[in-house]
Amino acid sequence: MCLGIPGEIAEILPDHPDLAMVDISGVRRAINIGLLDREDLAPGDWVLIHVGFALSKIDEEEAAAALDFLNSIGDPYEDEIAALRESTIDQG
Amino acid sequence: MRFVDEYRDAGQARALSGQMAALCRPGRTYKFMEVCGGHTHTIYKHGLEDYLPDAVTLIHGPGCPVCVIPMGRLDDAIHIAEQPGVIMASFGDMMRVPGGRGSFLDAKARGADIRMVYSPLDALKIARQNPGKRVVFMAIGFETTAPSTAMTVLRAEAEGIHNFSVFCNHVTIIPAIKAILDSPDLHLDGFIGPGHVSAVIGCRPYEFIAHTYGKPLVVTGFEPLDVLRSVYQILTQLAHGRSQVENQYARVVPWNGNPKALNAISRVMELRPYFEWRGLGSISHSALQMTEKYAAYDAERLFHIPGVRVADPKACQCGEVLKGVLKPWECKVFGTACTPETPIGTCMVSSEGACAAYYNFGRFSRQRVKEATSP
Repeated sequence: MCLGIPGEIAEILPDHPDLAMVDISGVRRAINIGLLDREDLAPGDWVLIHVGFALSKIDEEEAAAALDFLNSIGDPYEDEIAALRESTIDQG
Repeated sequence: MRFVDEYRDAGQARALSGQMAALCRPGRTYKFMEVCGGHTHTIYKHGLEDYLPDAVTLIHGPGCPVCVIPMGRLDDAIHIAEQPGVIMASFGDMMRVPGGRGSFLDAKARGADIRMVYSPLDALKIARQNPGKRVVFMAIGFETTAPSTAMTVLRAEAEGIHNFSVFCNHVTIIPAIKAILDSPDLHLDGFIGPGHVSAVIGCRPYEFIAHTYGKPLVVTGFEPLDVLRSVYQILTQLAHGRSQVENQYARVVPWNGNPKALNAISRVMELRPYFEWRGLGSISHSALQMTEKYAAYDAERLFHIPGVRVADPKACQCGEVLKGVLKPWECKVFGTACTPETPIGTCMVSSEGACAAYYNFGRFSRQRVKEATSP
C-alpha cells in the first residue's frame, strides 16, 4: 500500500480524462493520472504509482532502480502486484 | 557482511564508508532517524549498518502507516464493518493487524463483509455495483495515499454515488516528527527524510526541523547507496556546523511536492484537532478528517463509532520501537511470542514495520545478532 510501483504508460485513454493504460510488471491496468499534468504524459513515459494513482513522473533509470528495490522486498511486492491484478479501476 | 558482494555498488558504498568515518568527530556519537519504513527495509535488507561508522546509530521512526493505527481505531472500523448492509473495503496490509477484538480477518470469519482492495477506486467500484449496500473504505496511510482517497471521494461526488464513505485514518508525517523532536526520551542529531511522502509534500515542510531545531534532514531514495549518501550528507552538514534540508532524491521529489495532490487533499480533508498514534500517544493536528462539506462521505459521521481507547497488550513494546527508544530485538517478545506469523504488535504485522524488517532480514546478519545478544 505504501509502496510506489513504477509503470510505463502504454496509452492515454482519450475518452477518460484521468485514465491511462499502464504496464506494471507485466500487468496492463487502467491507472488514474489525475494527479499529474496530462499534457506532460505520453506513451513510453514512466510513472510511480500509489494505490492506483500515478503520483510522480520518473525517468527510465529511476523506474529500474525502483523495481530493483521492490524486487528486493519480495513477498510484500508480490502481494501488491497480486492485489493490482485483481484491481479493475475504470470509470463506470 | 553477506550483502557486500551481492550488490552492484559495493565499491562506492565502501568509499562512502571511509568518507563518513572521516567526518565523525572523535569521541562523539550520532543518532539519525530514518522516518520511513521503506528506508528501514533497505537498511536491514542490505545490512547498511555495517557500512556506517561505529559512532553512527540509525533509529527507526514511525513511518509505517499500518503500525501507527491504534487498536481502538481498528475496533471502530470492525464495529462499522459489522453493521447491517455494510461492505468494508481495506488494503491488504490492514487485514491481519490485531485490534482489541481481533483483526479484520477475525471479523470476516465472524461474518462481516470485509474485502481487500488495491485502490480506493476499487472500493468505489464495489459501491457502484452494490447500490443496496453501504460501502466503507478503510483509509489509511501518510501523504502517499491521502490524495488517492481524496480523488476517489471527488469522483464519488461527480458520479453521484451516495452509498460510499471513507473511514478516514490518514496521518501526516510532520507533526509526528515534531512530537519525536519534543520527546525527552530521545536525542536525535539528524533525519533521513522520507522519499515518496516528500514527492507529495515537497521539502519545505521540513524546514522547521533545520531552522528551529537545528537538525539536518536529507530527503532520500530507497536504494542502498541513496541511504548511505544521505547519512554522508547529514554528517557533512554537522561537520560544518550547518543544519539544512537537502534533497538527495530530486529525481523523484520536486522541492514543492505535487501541488495537484496537495490540492485534492485540501478540497476534501482537514486537520483533526488531535489523533492518537500507537506508541506516540495523542498528537495535535497530526491526522486528517473529512471536511463538513463532505460529511456525507464521512463514515465517522454516518456510523456511531464507539471511539474507545484500547491500551496495547502489556507485553508489546511497539510504542518504544516506533519512537526509536528500543531496537526491535530489544523488545521482550521479539521473535519469541511475536513473529510475522503470530504478531502481537503492529511493527511485526506490516512488512514495513521495523520488527518485521529486522525479523526477515536483519537477524540473519551475524554482526547484528551478536549486537542483539550482547548486554
